[in-house]
Amino acid sequence: MELWFSELHTPDVKHSIRVNKHLYSQQSDYQRIDIFETPEFGRVLALDGNVMLTERDEFIYDEMITHVPMSVHQGIKDILVIGAGDGGVVRELTRYDRVEHIDLVEMDPQVVEACRAYLPGNACRMDDCRVHIYFENALKFIRRCENKYDLIIVDSTDPFGPSEGLFTLEFYGNCFNALREDGIMVNQQGSPFYKQDAEAMQRSHKRIVQTFPISKVYQAHIPTYAAGYWLFGFASKKYHPINDLDAEAWKKHNLRTRYYTTQLHAGAFYLPAFLEEMLKEVE
Amino acid sequence: MNISSNRHLDQNRAPIHEALEQFRQMRVVPFDVPGHKRGRGNPELTEFLGQQCVGVDVNSMKPLDNLCHPISVIQQAEELAADAFGAAHAFLMVGGTTSSVQSMVLASCKRGDEIILPRNVHRSVINALVLCGAVPVYVNPEVDQRLGISLGMQREQVARAIKEHPNAVAVLVNNPTYYGICSDLRAIVKMAHDAGMLCLADEAHGTHLYFGSGLPVSAMAAGADMAAVSMHKSGGSLTQSSLLLTGPNVHAGYVRQIINLTQTTSASYLLMSSLDISRRNLALRGRKVFRQVADMADYARDEINEIGGYYAFGKELVNGNSVFDFDTTKLSVHTLDIGLAGIEVYDILRDEYDIQIEFGDIGNILAYLSMGDRPQELERLVSALAEIRRRYSTDGTGLLSQEYIDPVVVSSPQEAFYAEKESLPLRESVGRVCSEFVMCYPPGIPILAPGERITSQIIDYIEYARSKGCSMTGPEDEEIRYLNVLK
Repeated sequence: MELWFSELHTPDVKHSIRVNKHLYSQQSDYQRIDIFETPEFGRVLALDGNVMLTERDEFIYDEMITHVPMSVHQGIKDILVIGAGDGGVVRELTRYDRVEHIDLVEMDPQVVEACRAYLPGNACRMDDCRVHIYFENALKFIRRCENKYDLIIVDSTDPFGPSEGLFTLEFYGNCFNALREDGIMVNQQGSPFYKQDAEAMQRSHKRIVQTFPISKVYQAHIPTYAAGYWLFGFASKKYHPINDLDAEAWKKHNLRTRYYTTQLHAGAFYLPAFLEEMLKEVE
Repeated sequence: MNISSNRHLDQNRAPIHEALEQFRQMRVVPFDVPGHKRGRGNPELTEFLGQQCVGVDVNSMKPLDNLCHPISVIQQAEELAADAFGAAHAFLMVGGTTSSVQSMVLASCKRGDEIILPRNVHRSVINALVLCGAVPVYVNPEVDQRLGISLGMQREQVARAIKEHPNAVAVLVNNPTYYGICSDLRAIVKMAHDAGMLCLADEAHGTHLYFGSGLPVSAMAAGADMAAVSMHKSGGSLTQSSLLLTGPNVHAGYVRQIINLTQTTSASYLLMSSLDISRRNLALRGRKVFRQVADMADYARDEINEIGGYYAFGKELVNGNSVFDFDTTKLSVHTLDIGLAGIEVYDILRDEYDIQIEFGDIGNILAYLSMGDRPQELERLVSALAEIRRRYSTDGTGLLSQEYIDPVVVSSPQEAFYAEKESLPLRESVGRVCSEFVMCYPPGIPILAPGERITSQIIDYIEYARSKGCSMTGPEDEEIRYLNVLK
């Protein structure tokens, strides 16, 4: 039997994954949630038909969005995570003993429920006593916060759906205001390859540059995302992502990672020429 | 007498929409206007607007009726609209609510007649006076000192105006104002009728009042004789489509004649079908929809007031007279206490945050909420306002509060508009009689109307509003450095 899940990366490019079994399909108040069992990528979570994570390659995303800031700012104790209802980001963060408090703000409770049931590898640390989950609109949550967090991780869906508000100047400004004077914001910044994605990436970079004194972009190779090529934003009030990298301190944690290394950390900020140019255009 | 009461009216129907669908199926060969012939002759336009849209941009013909003299599907659509809005008759309008307001005034007044109205009327009302030669009798609205906005008409003031001008033919009421403020319409209707005058309502901002629970009374429910209803605002129809409603004591045939004086003979079926479909939606789902809109506005008010500095005002303004009621679907915010003029906040929202709101004036902004809004966009608006306060607030030095300036009417708008005139630099025009309009648009409420005396206070206000970035319109000189005054 031929059963395939396909995602349009552009109207003219399709990415397909063979499916063994459709495990879960629900329409929540915000989006359609699907989980598939696939031979190549293990379980796959899709929101509104867009792949959010696969068991096979989620480690790349979750390691790169967490360990990069954690190895730069050694004083991170209070963290706000926005989105990330699958639990992968929280799983990585809870590996650090120094983390005291994680607020996770997810709009859609059904995503968390579905991931707890079908993606235990990601959701396994959601019950850690340091993790506090709020089912709320992130903009509403964060505009009440001031000088409260050392790190904010924005793990949103793409900027054309219900997460649109997380790519706006008002949101980045609210994040700036919610961070302490040496705080860092890391966000998933989309892909620079296809035109529509690239324009959205430029727009959000422009807004972050307007908001934070230090704003850099780093990259990772993620096979199931559009073009297999993904970007993250590193925005900071004080720390520079490469100059302030403390590799020795990070190594003392003895964390085994499969993608992230402190050497790759620096390398991830060295960008191809076309991307440098795109970023410069809006800086 | 309700002309539609003898028929069975089914609000699930949309006769114009249905006729257009049927017409599409018939594949009629067009040897009539419009010349684009279902879009074939203008592929770039078709590409832009879509085949669905240009395919029903058609001309009046037998199966589709004619707006100038409706006898079939347009007539049925008007009957359904009248039924949905509780009116004796409803006219589909395609020239904006401006045309509804003007037809309402032209149907009531003739040259030299007096009409009683609040000064904070829309320019379309005074334009109608220029056309017909009627003379305005202004009831000066009370002004809220803190907010700097004009309120409704007080009952005693209306009574005094009626007593002093017993020959006036009509009283016109804004129901509600742009900001959502309502006068005591039922009482004003009674006073007008007792004095043998008509009561007209400008409901450009009040379509939803016909389908609300907990909202102010609509003009037809209050017994008014005519109402201009901006379906394209809260009603959801296409821009430029509107309704004119009439009560049982108005002769519908005469109103049709008046409308036909200025209305196009090629009414757009895009506009008319949008009125038809929107009326059906309102009749079937309006109550639920506007309950949600009011809930969203209430939520946004609470959130904005929690930011601090801003004042999103609501029902607490109600005082039983000049604010007889408040339309809670309106989201107006007073901004002077964060040290920014409303127009400045309006500009920052658009330029920095990609958020377009309805208007900003000297002291307030107005965000227009409607059936198309979702909570996530409201969160953006509230967060952007919080950011603007954090990033841009000032101590407020040099900010003026909006003031109501009592107009001094020297001649009728028509006399002044057509009189011999000369152009003078702004400052030199003080003391003279203006022959043109000056207003910020939106909201489009005149600062000066034709026939009014120019004072230095008015010139100060114009210069201040311009310096803050208000978009000023009206005068022949687009930059408003000169004004036309009577010789």
